[in-house]
Amino acid sequence: MTHVGYLLVGWGTTFAVGLVYTATLLRRGRRLTVRVPADRRRWMTTEDT
Amino acid sequence: MQEINHTGSRTTRLLGAAVIIGLVALVFLGWFVAPEDDDQQDAVRMIFVHVPSAIWTYIAFVTTAIGSVMWLVRRSVWWDTVAAASAEIGVLFCGLTLFTGSVWGRPTWNTYWDWGDVRLVTTLILFLMMIGYLSVRSLGGPESATATRAAIVGVMAAAILPIINRSVEWWENNTLHQKSSLTDGNLEDMTLFTLVVGLIVWGLFFWWAVLHRFRIAWLEREIRSTDLDRALVERRAEGDPGATPQEERV
Repeated sequence: MTHVGYLLVGWGTTFAVGLVYTATLLRRGRRLTVRVPADRRRWMTTEDT
Repeated sequence: MQEINHTGSRTTRLLGAAVIIGLVALVFLGWFVAPEDDDQQDAVRMIFVHVPSAIWTYIAFVTTAIGSVMWLVRRSVWWDTVAAASAEIGVLFCGLTLFTGSVWGRPTWNTYWDWGDVRLVTTLILFLMMIGYLSVRSLGGPESATATRAAIVGVMAAAILPIINRSVEWWENNTLHQKSSLTDGNLEDMTLFTLVVGLIVWGLFFWWAVLHRFRIAWLEREIRSTDLDRALVERRAEGDPGATPQEERV
């Protein structure tokens, strides 16, 4: 296989950035959810858990 | 209703599972199944992360533009929140498009960047404009005014999209890019199939992220609203007759 270094940098950075952003979103969501009363989290119902 | 301390739902979990499975399939197809290119050899495998990032950048910013117009026309908070969520993910994808394109350019064009390439420069302008959009949103101030300013930037940024898309035809002597890989019919079957898998996986991730980001923005709005209500109650309790909700919101 040729150009492995370039491929690893391109693919690796893409996956790493995606992973970090995913983790950030989930952490922000958890931190904020506890501050809002359950009846004002409009997308969350027992059926959708 | 049971207590839930996250922004997930059944829909996001299904999307998330599909993204993970799709990524595994994409790595397998992209690295081990799709053939190398006659000219670019294995560097062509960058297409499977670069092109999906670019196309979903377009979709993200078109979504932001639609949400912005809906805010400007109907004052729809829901659409404004969609616009903001989509913009953040669009900036992420746009940054990845520029980065992976630059890394791909070195082995294929012998350069990381060319200021004479119209598509590169207009994509960079779009990236900077959408960073501006996010900056406007984070400036603070009255929510309505912030949303209006951001919406204007969002619509202006979207106006660049057709230029980026058509630049390889309009300035064909001023670009290192080839014409659309998806429509020119020159891709090998397995390369095209893997590219379509990449587009689907990026799309699933985009909507997963938009849902979570939308909910985060909604929670932030609820928290601001709750804090405002509490402040009003405290103000009234202090016996200040001049404090009305209308004045506080201004």
